[in-house]
Amino acid sequence: MAVKASPASVPEVPGCELIRGQGIPVLRLGGTWTVATAREADRSLKSTAWPGRGALTLDISGVQGLDTTGAWLIHRTNSGLRAQGLKTVYTGLTPQRRRLLEQVGRSTEPCDIVPARRSYILVMLDGIGRGICQAGRLAWQIVGFLGRVLTCLARGLLNPRRLRTTSIVHHMEQVGLNAVPIVLLIQFLIGVVLAYMGAQQLLQFGAQVYVVDLLTIGILRELGILLTAVIIAGRSGSAFTAQIGSMMLNEEVDAMRSMGVDPVELLVVPRVMALLLTMPLLVFLANLAGLAGGGLMTWLVLDITPPTFIARLRDAFTVGNFTVGMIKAPFFALVIGLIGCHQGFRVAGSSESLGRLTTEAVVQALFSVIVLDALFAIFFSNIGL
Amino acid sequence: MRIPDTASADSPARPADPVIVVRGLTNRFGPQVIHENLDLVQQPGEILGVIGASGSGKSVLLRTIIGLRRPDQGQVAVLGSDVHRASGRSRSLLERSWGVLFQNGALFSSLTVAQNIQMPLREHQDLPRDLLDEIAALKLGLVGLSPEAGAKYPAQLSGGMRKRAGLARALAMDPQILFLDEPTAGLDPIAATAFDRLIRELQQTLQITVFLVTHDLDTLGAVCDRIAVLAEKRIWAVGPLDAIRQADHPWIQAYFNGPRGRG
Repeated sequence: MAVKASPASVPEVPGCELIRGQGIPVLRLGGTWTVATAREADRSLKSTAWPGRGALTLDISGVQGLDTTGAWLIHRTNSGLRAQGLKTVYTGLTPQRRRLLEQVGRSTEPCDIVPARRSYILVMLDGIGRGICQAGRLAWQIVGFLGRVLTCLARGLLNPRRLRTTSIVHHMEQVGLNAVPIVLLIQFLIGVVLAYMGAQQLLQFGAQVYVVDLLTIGILRELGILLTAVIIAGRSGSAFTAQIGSMMLNEEVDAMRSMGVDPVELLVVPRVMALLLTMPLLVFLANLAGLAGGGLMTWLVLDITPPTFIARLRDAFTVGNFTVGMIKAPFFALVIGLIGCHQGFRVAGSSESLGRLTTEAVVQALFSVIVLDALFAIFFSNIGL
Repeated sequence: MRIPDTASADSPARPADPVIVVRGLTNRFGPQVIHENLDLVQQPGEILGVIGASGSGKSVLLRTIIGLRRPDQGQVAVLGSDVHRASGRSRSLLERSWGVLFQNGALFSSLTVAQNIQMPLREHQDLPRDLLDEIAALKLGLVGLSPEAGAKYPAQLSGGMRKRAGLARALAMDPQILFLDEPTAGLDPIAATAFDRLIRELQQTLQITVFLVTHDLDTLGAVCDRIAVLAEKRIWAVGPLDAIRQADHPWIQAYFNGPRGRG
């Protein structure tokens, strides 16, 4: 099919001329008065010198094209002149244009474009106050949510038929197996960096062989678990919020509740269990990758051959160090899963809230993981592990 | 119907040629064929109602015509331009000449209603701020929303208000064609009647061409000039309501004369 002329031909420039002759002055309008020419029309109206009083005739007959925007501009001018006390009259109107002007005249109460704005300082202070109250309320809600999830979990373990095994395995694949490549890669690189920096410093004291100890203790106790938790919080925490959040927007969770299915049992428990089971495995792999990366770096930079490396590793790799890292894993998993799912259930109204709460979930999960890590550090140092 | 006008046409280049021409349209989802060799023509200034069984592809047809979906075969021309093969500029001109009301309003959730209405104006025109605000108020009034609705966010509106807001946005650029996807679905009978009346009034004062996908028998009777029946993967019949009612097709007979029909 040949492409014919474009749908809108070039509109003619709108203009208005005030003609003062004998008798009543006439405002003659010409050109196209539509949304496409509204800017020029508005300008030409504003630059006309209106008579202060008396009468005026508005001659519409010369207007080439008229839509609601053009009709509005004409109506606005008319109302403005009438408000100043002039007597105005339209001429040259077809019945259809008269109807258009009437319809536009009926629809012109001004509206607010945005909700009323208040002073910036007030809004900021209000926001801070609200944020703090919100944080307190959230902490309280999370405790409740924790209780609910643990009860559900216990019910599932005591009555294995209530466990949704397919769902758990599916999430173990998503959260655990699919995360392996990125966890390994990041830990490997961190091992490399740590070994390199440690080697630089220790070389000054001739104590470079202790790099191995540095690596082992650092990775096993802290870096392995912490970095894995950070990766999982970003990757899976946000995924949980987004998945559950879009189910909330789609009313799927309401549908579940109305059928007598517990959304916590169906949605949260499989995700949390998947995290609980796979996180320790991921941490173990992360530790290996970190040590491997460190070993490679020490071999290249310090000429510590693998046999020497492994010999020193055996000394530093105590049960205590290993346990400290691994014990943290299920706790971090629980925190990330809880926060991700809880924020998902808070999504309501629009896609904007989904985006906002997903971000909040990640930030909160990261924050909680770091705080928890600090608490663990204090705890372990106090019990001498 | 078009009211003959003694002055020249009231909008730029309103052709006497058909406004929408669909020829040989075929739409497939994998192995499933939804439309096959579908032809449809819509004249300027008329309200065309498209009916069909659930799953017959009414919404798919609408989306194909406005270019959201590429057909497997066939051509769609709107206002003389081929929708799927038009250049960027012609395509942009086309998009300014039509307004679409999606089934759930499809309002932008982070903007207020008034800002939603202003959005096409901001994108395509360069208008002063006060004029933009006035036009938003005008469109709100045209669709029967109160001025308070302007500052509200879509999540704060009821379903009926959301549809009206969506219509106000579709009308923002004073389009030549209005596409409506099930506009009265989910509205109570009073609101639905008011909506029908509004469409009729808009068509008469603004001479808009309306392409309306609907299930609503009352809308068909009250508003539509012609009705197109989508059955057997194509437009099986097109014509005024009385003619369609007499048509000899089992689905059409069941549709109009079943327990919910308005005999």
